[in-house]
Amino acid sequence: MSYNLKSALSVTAAFLMSTTALYAADDLNALVWCDHTDPALLQPFEEQHGVRVNVKEYEGTAAGFAILDQSRTGDWDIMVIDTVDVARGAEEGRFASLPADAVDTSSFFPEVVMADNNTHDGQIYGVTEKFGYNTIAFNSSKVDAGDMEDMSNLWSGKYDGRIAVYDYYLPVLGLIGLEQGIATSDLDAAAVERLRDRTYGLKSAALQVSDVVASQTALATGEVDILIGGGEWVTAVLSAENPELDWSVPAEGALRWSQSVTMLESSENQELALEFIKYITGPEGQARLATSSCYWGMPANSAAGRELTDAEKAALRWDQQADYLIRTQLYPTPDADLDLAMQDLWTDMLQQ
Amino acid sequence: MSIEQQEKRRALGFVAPALLWTCAFFLVPFAVMVLLSLAHLEGREIIQSYDLGNYLKIFTEPSLFKGIVVSLEITLIVTIISVLLAWPLAWIIATQVPEKYQRLAIMLAVLPFWTSYVVRSYSWALVLGQQGVLMQMLMGIGFLDEPIQIMATRGATVIGFVHFFVMLLTLTIYSNLIQLSPNYARAAADLGASGWNTFRLVILPLTLPGIMTGAFLTFVLCIGDYITPQILGGNNELTMPQLIMLQLGRRGDFPMASALSVILMLLVTLAYAATARWLKMERV
Repeated sequence: MSYNLKSALSVTAAFLMSTTALYAADDLNALVWCDHTDPALLQPFEEQHGVRVNVKEYEGTAAGFAILDQSRTGDWDIMVIDTVDVARGAEEGRFASLPADAVDTSSFFPEVVMADNNTHDGQIYGVTEKFGYNTIAFNSSKVDAGDMEDMSNLWSGKYDGRIAVYDYYLPVLGLIGLEQGIATSDLDAAAVERLRDRTYGLKSAALQVSDVVASQTALATGEVDILIGGGEWVTAVLSAENPELDWSVPAEGALRWSQSVTMLESSENQELALEFIKYITGPEGQARLATSSCYWGMPANSAAGRELTDAEKAALRWDQQADYLIRTQLYPTPDADLDLAMQDLWTDMLQQ
Repeated sequence: MSIEQQEKRRALGFVAPALLWTCAFFLVPFAVMVLLSLAHLEGREIIQSYDLGNYLKIFTEPSLFKGIVVSLEITLIVTIISVLLAWPLAWIIATQVPEKYQRLAIMLAVLPFWTSYVVRSYSWALVLGQQGVLMQMLMGIGFLDEPIQIMATRGATVIGFVHFFVMLLTLTIYSNLIQLSPNYARAAADLGASGWNTFRLVILPLTLPGIMTGAFLTFVLCIGDYITPQILGGNNELTMPQLIMLQLGRRGDFPMASALSVILMLLVTLAYAATARWLKMERV
């Protein structure tokens, strides 16, 4: 009897181990931002390749790298990351280089190819997949749109208690820097310290400092009328139900975010990972990614325009991209110490 | 082997699984967390050291220390308000509701437990918002001319917490009250005690175990909660769990997150020490 039980356990264990191995071999594991969790985005790829894409969301490059550091080698195949951080990840040996001809970027918006950021030592490590703006989103029925062309109006007192601040220190401190005439590339420790009073002032004028969902909810429900750090990624997805939600790039400029898709050096599934990168940067994947349920954003590949409806392109301000691309700056790219200093300032601001 | 030794071994056999479980999933992780709290972050690297730098920083850095103060203030306010609301509710259910309907009354009292905690918090956000149900109603009846700000304040956090913990305290106090013989009140009345004195000197002390058990659970759950202040507080002041999440999610500063967690555990331990004499579950 005990022999039979032992045999049964052994067989069961062997079966479970074999199915686990098969299951893992067929899966693509991706560390992503929330827009990649939309089933409508993943389903065509899964069906075409007969695989499952397992996704885990993260927020902020430091947190993403921490997850990689705590994972076993080979756990992850794909990582979506701020384009400005691709080279850092490549330098640290996290990403695998991509074949030069893996993705044709000739139909991409030239400004977002960002070859300098996506390459390291002459090798390509990332492909820009989506971009947009951290700027000022507002309710045009309650806010004077002209006021939103000048960022200093946010500190004027006129909109006190009607402002939400997007809870992400990099774009918002970047915006405050722009308002103070400091380019994002010039933000250093001394410049960040000079932003302290202005940052505290923004907190005083704000009703809340909130994440993506809470910010969208506050703007959509009329809890606030202005979202600092918002943009098309907040308003476009709500455009059908809330056509009065708008956004602008003020005279001082705004920040341009862009995300890249990379393949992990430790991936044991690089062939499939490369196929995923091709899918996500191709016209169909790009259109689905641009209108993903979590947040919308401009597709890096202009060929996606063929797949998008006129209403979707209008919500994304497709025709105004040339102007916006000129007037916006990239995210700050702080080193470790400056990054911590910026986070310290942000925490101090939250506790004001 | 004597019978006594055999009994001891048998008893050890019974408790061994629980002991092993506690060691594996509480003591060992806790020891690792304490060790990690003595490390520090250099750039993006965690350097294992053995000093109290993180603890020193928590008590000298205003934004971190304020997290402790805010957490304690909110927790104490919530605990006190919840007790004040839960006791009368439990008393009404235990003494005024016919026995055959008491189970139904308790079920109705704990009905909100059945919904997801996150959903419940977001529901409160919709109720308390400037365009929310509450403001619309107050303005509709002419009580307010324009909406007042409750959402994204400490008040909203407290309301969200109290809604949850009143249910918990009602259960612990009710289970205490139904064990009290009505003869206590009759005896006090026979001896000339007024209704107030009977409540103050007899009933209330006898329900202290239920109150303290519920208050302790409220303290533990409230001070360690991240969801409610995050959704309802509008990030306008950070509690300890929010600070811990900031260290983990953004900074990758696991040592500082560990140090904050150790302090959180110490506060819970202090709360336990303060209420331990009443925390005998068989009395509840």
